[in-house]
Amino acid sequence: MTTPTSDQPLIQALNVARHYQLGDSTIPAVNDISLEIRTGEFVALLGSSGSGKSTFLNLLAGLDRPTSGAIHVRGRNLAAIDPVELARYRRDTVGMVFQSFNLLPRMTLAENVELPLRLAEVDRAGRAGRVQSALEHVRLAARSRHRPAELSGGEQQRGAIARALVNRPSILFADEPTGNLDSVNGEQILLLLREIQADLNMTIIMVTHERPLAEQFASRIVTLGDGKLKSDTANAAASVHTSTATNEARP
Amino acid sequence: MKTRDLTELAFRNLREAILRNSLTTLGVAVGVASLVAMLSLGVGLQTLASQKLNKSGLFDAVFVSSKRGMRGDGDRPRRNDEKSAKSEPAKPLDEAARLEFEKLPNVTEAYAQIRFLTEVRFNGGSFSTNVLGMPDSARNTGSFDAITGKYFSSPTADEAILQSEFAKELNPQTAQLVGQEITLRYAQRHEPPPADPNKPKDIDDELDDMMSGGGGISIVSHDKKLRIVGIIDTDPSAGVGGFGGGRVFIPLKTVQEMHPAQGGDVGEFVRAGGSAKPTYMALTVRAKSPKNVLAIEEAIKKMGFNTFSLLDATRSLRLVFTVFDLFLGLFGSLALTVASLGIINTLVMAILERRREIGVLKALGATDRDVRSLFFAEAGAMGLVGGICGVVIGWLIGAALTWGTTLYLKRQDLPGVKISYVPWWLAAGAIAFAVIVSLVAGLYPAARAAKLNPVEALRYE
Repeated sequence: MTTPTSDQPLIQALNVARHYQLGDSTIPAVNDISLEIRTGEFVALLGSSGSGKSTFLNLLAGLDRPTSGAIHVRGRNLAAIDPVELARYRRDTVGMVFQSFNLLPRMTLAENVELPLRLAEVDRAGRAGRVQSALEHVRLAARSRHRPAELSGGEQQRGAIARALVNRPSILFADEPTGNLDSVNGEQILLLLREIQADLNMTIIMVTHERPLAEQFASRIVTLGDGKLKSDTANAAASVHTSTATNEARP
Repeated sequence: MKTRDLTELAFRNLREAILRNSLTTLGVAVGVASLVAMLSLGVGLQTLASQKLNKSGLFDAVFVSSKRGMRGDGDRPRRNDEKSAKSEPAKPLDEAARLEFEKLPNVTEAYAQIRFLTEVRFNGGSFSTNVLGMPDSARNTGSFDAITGKYFSSPTADEAILQSEFAKELNPQTAQLVGQEITLRYAQRHEPPPADPNKPKDIDDELDDMMSGGGGISIVSHDKKLRIVGIIDTDPSAGVGGFGGGRVFIPLKTVQEMHPAQGGDVGEFVRAGGSAKPTYMALTVRAKSPKNVLAIEEAIKKMGFNTFSLLDATRSLRLVFTVFDLFLGLFGSLALTVASLGIINTLVMAILERRREIGVLKALGATDRDVRSLFFAEAGAMGLVGGICGVVIGWLIGAALTWGTTLYLKRQDLPGVKISYVPWWLAAGAIAFAVIVSLVAGLYPAARAAKLNPVEALRYE
């Protein structure tokens, strides 16, 4: 199964840099990266530790602001908009999945998934249906009343994906989503992401340091090193693997 | 985020760290309790004093006397009233004046102060004493709360209440007097019936006419039988113009029907040139509330009478209690101030513990304002719950103080008093104050939480 892409870039990063000040020295975590990502792409950001891939992902996700350069998403420059607009961008346009799941431990799975709807001030009447739908999408509807501590790592990550999806974002950012999972669960999570991308025509940008997984699932592999863009290649093999793997993963 | 969601999340967060948040809330509750207990004591004492003073009938009363005075100075004005007196002769304080006073706005009643000397005859003995007429409203003043027996059965009953010291003169076992009969021998003011023009006058009639100019009064000895219905320990008075000065109390209307001769009768008779019209020595005009006293006093003065009230004393009393309440409130607030430090500490700790959660909220799209509001709501919730608990604890402390005081007073053979009182405004004010103090305490932690960088917060372990 191939994923349709549009000609207009959804995300356009232009000479993006993010420098951190540590005492007298300046550390260039991201250094002059320019990149265009189109709707429907599954982009894997590869690189070793300290390569700047997570920093770059945070910049694209609106969690941080670049020291210089511009990031245009649907015509808005994330580097220039005010904090409230940036928060709205994170709420309405973006879904985030983290390596350590980051489900709030005192809430049930359903309540965790409902959280973005609360922040988006969605009417209470419509919330339950959307939460249920998101949990069904990740095949966790039966565990909705469980707390995160009562779920396995894979289930927690699927719950986190449901939370990221519930507000129907157009871009899903995943920061090492398989980092805390074994290889089987890791693969299943990526299968799920690939399936969601196909179903919802969503753009996925994933940080990973596992090249085999990236090559198996991502349609495009961007490699970073020392805060710079090292390579940017399309991955034609992904669709074949994905198609086979998706069929295997479905119950 | 909507207020309902914010509140739900705040209470959920508070429930999660239940022990720490409960202890912090308890700190607020203790602070509020101390404030409420202190102020309820102040309010209670003020209410007690006000009630006692108001019941005494002094502070809602205007005492009225005629400008004619008691020294036989006739219409000669006093220095202050010289100008007005020149233009308008002093009016007599009679029934017509009393009725005029009753028509004034915010006047509940106007009644005569009738006192007279009498001889009480009981069991073959004779006892000289003073009689005082009691208006029917006196039954509500509290002066007769500790009565042995009961109050008058009606405003016109031929009944008497004795002051205990006088009652002891009649019978040392005073309680045995209730239900027995006494006879009052007193000087009655007697007005002769108008002469029949058809009746031929004898020599005595002719002489009377010559002496009095056609009118006249006579003072005759008269007996009146009364049944004793009650004995009171204390003089239900209270000074100038109150019910004081009497040792035998009779319903005012009964006294008026008895027509006792008053000290001013002869002077008034002479001044009026032989008129037999009765006048009063003094009248008490009762206002609906002490705040109406000033206006009533002014109106009566304009009508040409002397007035006197204890309004200034009430004002001083209020000032004293306001200062007293202020100090009590300040001391009570100290505990709440300490409690607010507890709130700051708890919320700052919560920020450290929930740093990652704040990062997640921001990553999911929470604005700085959402995060700030959440911490504010948690501070406010602690203040609200602490405030409500504090009011209840404060009320319980006040009730315990009242109970203890009453117990002690009863052991001293004194009636119990309510020394602590929590009015609705104190309860509502204390809760509001607790919420405000908590919100102020939450300012710094909330601002700190809102300013957290989401990337750094998410990195926090």
